[in-house]
Amino acid sequence: MVGRKKRKGSKTLVNVVLGIICFIWLLPTLGLFISSFRPAADILQTGWWKVFPHQEWKTGETLQLSKDVDLREPIEVNGKTYTDDQLRAGVAEGENRLIWENRRARTINLQERGWEVKPDFTLDNYKNVLSGKEYKLKLGDGSETVQKGTGLSQAFWNTLTIAVPATIIPVLIASFAAYAFAWLRFPGRKTLFAIIISMLVIPIQVALIPILKDYTALGLNGSYLGIWLAHTAFGLPLVTYFMYNFISQLPKDLFESAFIDGASHFTIFSRLILPLSVPALASIAIFQFLWVWNDYLVSLIFIGNQPNVQVMSMKIADLVGSRGNDWHLLTSAAFISMLMPLTIFFLLQKYFVKGLMGGSVKG
Amino acid sequence: MSAQAKPTISMKAVLLSLLVLIINIGVHGLIFLFFRDSTLNPLLTAIFAVLWGVVGVYQIYYSFNWAVEQYPEHIRRKILPFVFVGPATLVLGWLLILPALRTLYLSFFNASSDKFVGLANYAAIFTDRLLATALRNNLLWVFVGTLACVSLGLLIAILADRSSYEKIAKSIIFMPMAISFVAAGVIWKFVYYYQPGDEQIGILNAIVTFFGGEPQAWTSMLQPWNNFFLIIILIWMQTGFAMVIFSAAIKGVPEDILEAARVDGAGEVKIFFGIMIPYISTTILTVTTTIIVFTLKIFDVVMVMTGGQYDTEVVATQFYRQFFMYRNFGYGSTLAIVLLIAVLPVIIINLRQFRKQGGF
Repeated sequence: MVGRKKRKGSKTLVNVVLGIICFIWLLPTLGLFISSFRPAADILQTGWWKVFPHQEWKTGETLQLSKDVDLREPIEVNGKTYTDDQLRAGVAEGENRLIWENRRARTINLQERGWEVKPDFTLDNYKNVLSGKEYKLKLGDGSETVQKGTGLSQAFWNTLTIAVPATIIPVLIASFAAYAFAWLRFPGRKTLFAIIISMLVIPIQVALIPILKDYTALGLNGSYLGIWLAHTAFGLPLVTYFMYNFISQLPKDLFESAFIDGASHFTIFSRLILPLSVPALASIAIFQFLWVWNDYLVSLIFIGNQPNVQVMSMKIADLVGSRGNDWHLLTSAAFISMLMPLTIFFLLQKYFVKGLMGGSVKG
Repeated sequence: MSAQAKPTISMKAVLLSLLVLIINIGVHGLIFLFFRDSTLNPLLTAIFAVLWGVVGVYQIYYSFNWAVEQYPEHIRRKILPFVFVGPATLVLGWLLILPALRTLYLSFFNASSDKFVGLANYAAIFTDRLLATALRNNLLWVFVGTLACVSLGLLIAILADRSSYEKIAKSIIFMPMAISFVAAGVIWKFVYYYQPGDEQIGILNAIVTFFGGEPQAWTSMLQPWNNFFLIIILIWMQTGFAMVIFSAAIKGVPEDILEAARVDGAGEVKIFFGIMIPYISTTILTVTTTIIVFTLKIFDVVMVMTGGQYDTEVVATQFYRQFFMYRNFGYGSTLAIVLLIAVLPVIIINLRQFRKQGGF
């Protein structure tokens, strides 16, 4: 059974190669995750992988050189000679390493290599990010007041307030439209549907400027309704396409009898189509929710700088921009923002994946 | 009018539907004003706003359907489809189609959109160095990004199909799809982090120094190679999408065809290129177009990682800069239109594909 043996051998290879790829994929997130629990000073000084057991030079006994040693000449320590440069960089000697402890005081450190773990973990980064930082504000009359910046918790509620309706509204509107496209006959049906499908590939940048002008004129800028509508419009083509694929596949006789019984299209839609479409609705809703939750450009433009409606992605982008080196804030903030989508992703992964396939692999 | 046999539209029905329209506009307008001007507790606002958004939409459909039911049967049948597709059409028309046309119009005007300049903006875009860089980078994103996502996605899908831990592996590769660009930006800034000296806290530089190399500022130096380090982020995020869909398509390849090829002595590589690739070619096309469209519009990664500095500008970030920082509405609009023209072939391919699949 040479063939089977060969298969087995290649399966091990497949497992190993895939394992390496998965490890590479996981590594960036893992690094951030570990860093978010490390004290601020540690993050800046040592790499996050140092929390795992690793070998490191540990400070050992101190050797004192006598005053008359010329530091420009090779230096004799314990019967061997080293140059000044070697001692600056540290020179290994068996299990030990010699390095200047204090060149001016002429002390050399004899270090030992040993295993070390940095087990310091803290929740301070998360606390700092969630509660918001205090900042001073100069008023018009010259007096100063201390205000507390809105923490991520406010942004979290804002994001949720935007994301939930911005998910349900387009899914509902698209389902109504998809039902009509699939089961009602009306003039202009094909043209209208083709137009909606072709909107799938329109870059949203094309639409931003005119929408912004309309919003400013109507007072919709920075309002929930405005941003819901924008997300609805940008998500609608895809959601309609998905829902059409699903609703048009439903067996016709299923609701024909209901229709004969005198049910209106609205009743059929609410009582039959919506319950039957739950798997499709769930998957596309997850997709849209993640998209809205993770959005940055749309919020950046239609919300602007109004702090009381600001969303998480903007807050974090601000952090990256203004304090790019405050890693302790950045790492934990990024993780807080990932919490919701990752939870949804792992809980509802089955539907999510199905939904993706339903829309893309057909025929 | 009344000479016809069919029942006519009653005055009552018309008035009722008008009333429904006015009441809807009034009620939702008032709620909107309330939310805009009130400063409630954020949690309460969140709950009420969500309730309004969700119940409101259904209520609009419900009330219009109710109004339509006041009409006689043959008229109702004509109006009803438009009640169903109306909101979708209105929203899309107002917020996508009209804006696209208005942007096209603006692109023929000068910076403050008060003077017609013809095609001057288009000419300028292809001669301005910054914009030329943006176009070049976008091409890089499209070619390198798409090629890498599609081929890696295919490779991983096939590996996962034959591995003993398919589900976990697929979850891991797919996970970055759920992470926002902004968070991904933070993750990768940390990977690429550079500081002079020996101790590196970014893992890439730590690996480089471990093998005796010099640490690098990956995203700012090494132009134009720094673009590739940004593209890697896209690959990390989008390969999972390609993989999931390819994985489903591969499972659709009939086992007996594969078995027959194996009996005939075909190697796995030959089976892959000779049977699998042709069998899933439609899926490959769909995934490729999706990712091309996606990379053409890329914005967030560049904005968060470099802000478009160090020659990493792409069309979308240039657009943002031209429009919101330099207030050059002509340039901004032109860039958006260039982006639209770039995706036009993709629209056409997609529509053709949809027709082939029997969509219409």
